[in-house]
Amino acid sequence: MSDSPPTSTAAPERGAQLPAQSPPVDPAETALAGEKAAAGGRLSWWHGEGGEGARRNLALIGVLVVLIVIGAATRSDLYSNPDWVWDNVLSILKLASVVGVVTVGMTFVIIGGGIDLSVGAIVALAGVWCTTLATQSYGAGGMIFSALTVGVCVGLVNGLLISYGRLVPFIATLAMLVAARGLAAEISDKQTQVSDNNFINGLASNNLLGIPLLVYILAAVVAAGWVLLNRTTFGRRTVAVGGNPEAARLAGIDVKRHTVLLYAISGLCCGIAAIMLTAQANSAQAAMANLYELDAIAAAIIGGTLLSGGRGTIIGSLLGVIIFATITNLFAINGLTTEAQNMVKGGIIVAAVLVQQVQFRSLTQFLGRNRLTTT
Amino acid sequence: MTQHSRDLSRRRLLFGGAAVGAGVLLAGCTSNEQQPTEAQTKAAAPGGNAEPGKRVTIGFSAPAADHGWIAAITNNAKAQAGTYSDVEFKTVEAGADAAAQRAALSTLISQKPDVIVLLPHDGKELNAFGLEAMKAGIPVVNLDRAFPDAKAYRLQIKGDNYGMGVAAATYIVEQLKAKGASNPVIAEIAGMDELELTQERTKGFNDTLAQAGLKVANRRAARFTADSGQQEAAQLLQALPKIDAIWNHDDDQGIGVLAAIQQANRSEFFMVGGAGSKKAIEDIQADNTVLKATVTYSPSMASSAISLARLIGQGRGMSDLVELQVPKEIILASETITKENAGDYVKLGF
Repeated sequence: MSDSPPTSTAAPERGAQLPAQSPPVDPAETALAGEKAAAGGRLSWWHGEGGEGARRNLALIGVLVVLIVIGAATRSDLYSNPDWVWDNVLSILKLASVVGVVTVGMTFVIIGGGIDLSVGAIVALAGVWCTTLATQSYGAGGMIFSALTVGVCVGLVNGLLISYGRLVPFIATLAMLVAARGLAAEISDKQTQVSDNNFINGLASNNLLGIPLLVYILAAVVAAGWVLLNRTTFGRRTVAVGGNPEAARLAGIDVKRHTVLLYAISGLCCGIAAIMLTAQANSAQAAMANLYELDAIAAAIIGGTLLSGGRGTIIGSLLGVIIFATITNLFAINGLTTEAQNMVKGGIIVAAVLVQQVQFRSLTQFLGRNRLTTT
Repeated sequence: MTQHSRDLSRRRLLFGGAAVGAGVLLAGCTSNEQQPTEAQTKAAAPGGNAEPGKRVTIGFSAPAADHGWIAAITNNAKAQAGTYSDVEFKTVEAGADAAAQRAALSTLISQKPDVIVLLPHDGKELNAFGLEAMKAGIPVVNLDRAFPDAKAYRLQIKGDNYGMGVAAATYIVEQLKAKGASNPVIAEIAGMDELELTQERTKGFNDTLAQAGLKVANRRAARFTADSGQQEAAQLLQALPKIDAIWNHDDDQGIGVLAAIQQANRSEFFMVGGAGSKKAIEDIQADNTVLKATVTYSPSMASSAISLARLIGQGRGMSDLVELQVPKEIILASETITKENAGDYVKLGF
């Protein structure tokens, strides 16, 4: 059965998988085709185009499991305590929360065919703006309002420069990176601004049902991002604009306006992240959120977002961020240096992109040819 | 159609109005007015060095880093110069890196100052400038980041990074001994690991702990910012379920470290800070956090540098010393601030 055409050659296989994709498996077909087809149906998400995102995410979860197993093996004394393990999971999620929110915005921009290098600087500017003494005098509401507004405004400026000023995204946001940090240093007079607001600081220290508020914020932003990308016209248009802007324009999408909105979303995410980071550090300063742009881009890429646009998932990006946070945690609990940690991070980025270039389909074919799979 | 466009215009009006309102509100929010913190100056006492002398022009350059300590250096220098009637103070922005600082300094030389006070981006990279200025007959006061070449400066005044580590470890050893802790767990949160000063601090800390038969259980390097301090501290606390003492290299990043400790609900240990910021000294005085001490690395050295530059320019010595000229090297002692003496130091906090 191993060399029979329906399963082992590429072309008929793809054709055979297509109908089986959306409704899981047609019972009549299964009955007719027998055991072989049933096996194919069960694995349709593995072979089919539609399951590609799911496969990538599964691979990321695999990496995550490996990291946790390494942690458990090297510090079995800590991992033997269930309370500590639960605490550790929460601490990883808290570590991932700020970059996670930034990454959701970044994912939208990259899927839409752009790049935003200014996110770290926007977080710093929004953080500094919302912790000036004048803003703090308006209370938590004023602080949140100004952080979000600053984020959106800077994002809008980015978007307008790119779509109507026709600047390359790389250049426009690089300029914003420099300018926003400069403005943040100007406003803060290079000092660390301490937040005295109990509500804001409480966002990082308070729990609801045993889970930190920061984690809820991350979950809410991820959920909103997922719905926006996968269940709205806006999301579908984003993929279209990133995949082929000319085709999108001919299809009647206002590509320029759409691009402006994408950068505004990224700015909004930065504003939210600024509040979270201010809460965590009880303060803000112009040098905060250092190199978050690279963390966010790296997380999006290992999450399967195509740097040239047109493809990407929110869940993948979230997993990317969590993997990086888990690596940091793994190195910390083993008392290893930050230098070693950064080298491993770099290695994982390269490995993830290499793995993505290996087509999963050719891998399964290879396994099939060598009788390594169940079919 | 008209209905639609009217709706649209009303929506635009509302939206535009909201945007303008938000803009006005935001612009009002950038103010940071507060009581000006008293700069760390020493008012001229009658007699001795305070007697006005020859008029001296002092050129000053320090990096424009985003850090409270550097900001305090510049403010102190300016304020100290302001206390002398016979000093003209000229400052040049040092820009973002050593190359930019070199360019800025060459414009300073062309203005022919009597003395140059310089905190270089990197002592090694600007050593050549020191040599050049000294050769041109302008004495250079090298502040904090040291020129390797002794001919490149007339006076070097700097903090003691190794001594900071020694002071922190000494305090920790003393306290642990007083508590009678056996096998104490000691943690360290360093600053930027690629800087020489961080390595010196860590070396002083480790050497002194080793003399007492102790060692650091876990060490994380942050980036002198509060948010990086919080992240590294959170992970460090996760790695060590029980800690006896922590040394955090820098009080600015210490704001984040303290936040992480409070967020993790931990209090079984005590912490020692570094540098001596105003907030840290106030926290020590109030004694309501785990921060029990800090070891100084005071930006007041900039004020002293200006005072000494003035004397060098006037060719006078320090009135309390026998020598007729200012000494060539001054290294500040790293002092330990605890609850007992915090009151004396609070005016030196930055």
